[in-house]
Amino acid sequence: MNENLFASFIAPTILGLPAAVLIILFPPLLIPTSKYLINNRLITTQQWLIKLTSKQMMTMHNTKGRTWSLMLVSLIIFIATTNLLGLLPYSFTPTTQLSMNLAMAIPLWAGAVITGFRSKIKNALAHFLPQGTPTPLIPMLVIIETISLLIQPMALAVRLTANITAGHLLMHLIGSATLAMSTINLPSTLIIFTILILLTILEIAVALIQAYVFTLLVSLYLHDNT
Amino acid sequence: MASVVGIFSHSSVSVPVKDKKLLEVKLGELPSWILMRDFSPSGIFGAFQRGYYRYYNKYINVKKGSISGITMVLACYVLFSYSFSYKHLKHERLRKYH
Repeated sequence: MNENLFASFIAPTILGLPAAVLIILFPPLLIPTSKYLINNRLITTQQWLIKLTSKQMMTMHNTKGRTWSLMLVSLIIFIATTNLLGLLPYSFTPTTQLSMNLAMAIPLWAGAVITGFRSKIKNALAHFLPQGTPTPLIPMLVIIETISLLIQPMALAVRLTANITAGHLLMHLIGSATLAMSTINLPSTLIIFTILILLTILEIAVALIQAYVFTLLVSLYLHDNT
Repeated sequence: MASVVGIFSHSSVSVPVKDKKLLEVKLGELPSWILMRDFSPSGIFGAFQRGYYRYYNKYINVKKGSISGITMVLACYVLFSYSFSYKHLKHERLRKYH
């Protein structure tokens, strides 16, 4: 049972070639583009959602920060669609792989920090020391702030990986528990099944929320640095 | 299928049909028909593009598209992922001895 529990997280391969690339490239097929003003229902709903999220996210940035709007909106759409597709049975979720989340988190965080250091060095360095600290504490606090800055990309990546992986694992476990209990004791099966339904609703929420949190934090780091 | 140049999103970009369609080919002619097809990378890419737009224009790009247009795609995705993970799932069948 141990080997089977984690078997769904192995990157799929065709004859040793990574088929994970194909699976990562699948979500854009579900989001068509159009050059017309009035479109079919699918494109209309998707464009409405994208407009809603982009307006919500980019209002807090100044002009320089808004140059990142394409990057951030495509990030949230990618993470949201990938997480939601992972809720389908037997599918493989690329965001459960730490390698992919690191590849998303580190360049974005580094870009935001380096932008800050290039344009306004004093402001960027001032983040290392909160206002109103007593003088003897300053050296220790600078060290702590530096560490908390350097840990931001790792936290971004690990947060997303851990949340999605934990959710999938829980659903596997409770699902197999439901199946196992169905022959033994029927009322407890119903209870466990209710838990499964609640968990599925939670997973849908988590999929969306994680996308949002990831993007929000990146935009916060951006806001600090522009 | 029609052999066209450019993006195949709708029929007004096509030129006259050069080959026969698959359903019109007689059974004896099938090997020669297969050999006539364009298997270069751009030919294969063109085939995928034609297939994509055929599905898109039939089910999604219509005035009152329903949810089944995208549900069919997701169902195919589930079947595709199942075939990938069949190797692991073989061991989880209900048997007395594994």
